[in-house]
Amino acid sequence: MKSAIIVGVMAAVSALLRFLPFLVFRKRTPPYVAYLGRVLPPAIIGMLVVYCLKDVTLTAAPYGLPELIACLTVAAVQLWRRSSLWSILAGTAVYLVLVNAVF
Amino acid sequence: MTKQTIRAAFITSVPVLAGYIVLGIGFGILLRGAGYGVGWAAAMSALIYGGSMQYVGVGLLSSGASIITTALTSFMVNARHLFYSISMIGVYKDAGRAKPYMIFALTDETYSLLCDGKVPEGADPTMYRFFVSLFDQCYWIIGGVLGNLLGAVLPSTAGVEFSMTALFVAAFTEQWRTSRDHLPALTGAGCTLLCLVLFGPENFLIPAMVLITVVLTLLRGREEAAA
Repeated sequence: MKSAIIVGVMAAVSALLRFLPFLVFRKRTPPYVAYLGRVLPPAIIGMLVVYCLKDVTLTAAPYGLPELIACLTVAAVQLWRRSSLWSILAGTAVYLVLVNAVF
Repeated sequence: MTKQTIRAAFITSVPVLAGYIVLGIGFGILLRGAGYGVGWAAAMSALIYGGSMQYVGVGLLSSGASIITTALTSFMVNARHLFYSISMIGVYKDAGRAKPYMIFALTDETYSLLCDGKVPEGADPTMYRFFVSLFDQCYWIIGGVLGNLLGAVLPSTAGVEFSMTALFVAAFTEQWRTSRDHLPALTGAGCTLLCLVLFGPENFLIPAMVLITVVLTLLRGREEAAA
């Protein structure tokens, strides 16, 4: 029973955070909020890239090299093919080879 | 048109497939280890639907956390969703009956697939976004259930979780390629990096979000001065 309440609270808070902006700014979006909506996506993507790499160790072998090489692979393939499916597959494949067979 | 739209949505969602199955399996294994069966795994993935939240949630469940602690932790872990929703108000404006589910299902990954507002040629925008959201959650639930059922018998998948990082790097690159103003992207990455150095890997996300908002707000003055 306690566990069900805990799960319920997590679900309710998560949903509230997702719905709140839509409810508050339903009628009219203030210019400042519209501005944030325009500049936040690229900023948040930048934040999430750093977040994903937060546990990479730079001071000991392999000095984050597998991550660096794999990320550059993703960026290069993305610029070349302009398809996130191919860039993600290529980057993940390169990473798998690097961590399992090279470093 | 319906078939074409669903196919386009599926193709868009494929990069999330591998990542969600793997991360979902990780969650399922963790939850089984804490003594909760497959029903709990399915219910949490269906009702909470947030990767980091559910990983943290296993800890809250097994440590017998209070309701207050649970609510505060949920708020901190998921506060970034406020940002996602704010930036999707415009995109989801005309979503109609599908809108409540699409808002509920706005995870990091679904957001990164849909935030540019683009829709493949010939696809119905609302239906396309609805099915991308739905497919992503299906992968997530399947992963959680699989992990909970198979538990320890699964072979090691070291490195597959990098597909998540790759997803964000690809979105970052595409964003960079298609926009002329790189300052928001640099602000996001730069502020987060600074906060990671200052606060460490456990506590940097909230300061980073505050700093990003402050810097972007200050940059707005620059934009108006230029216009």
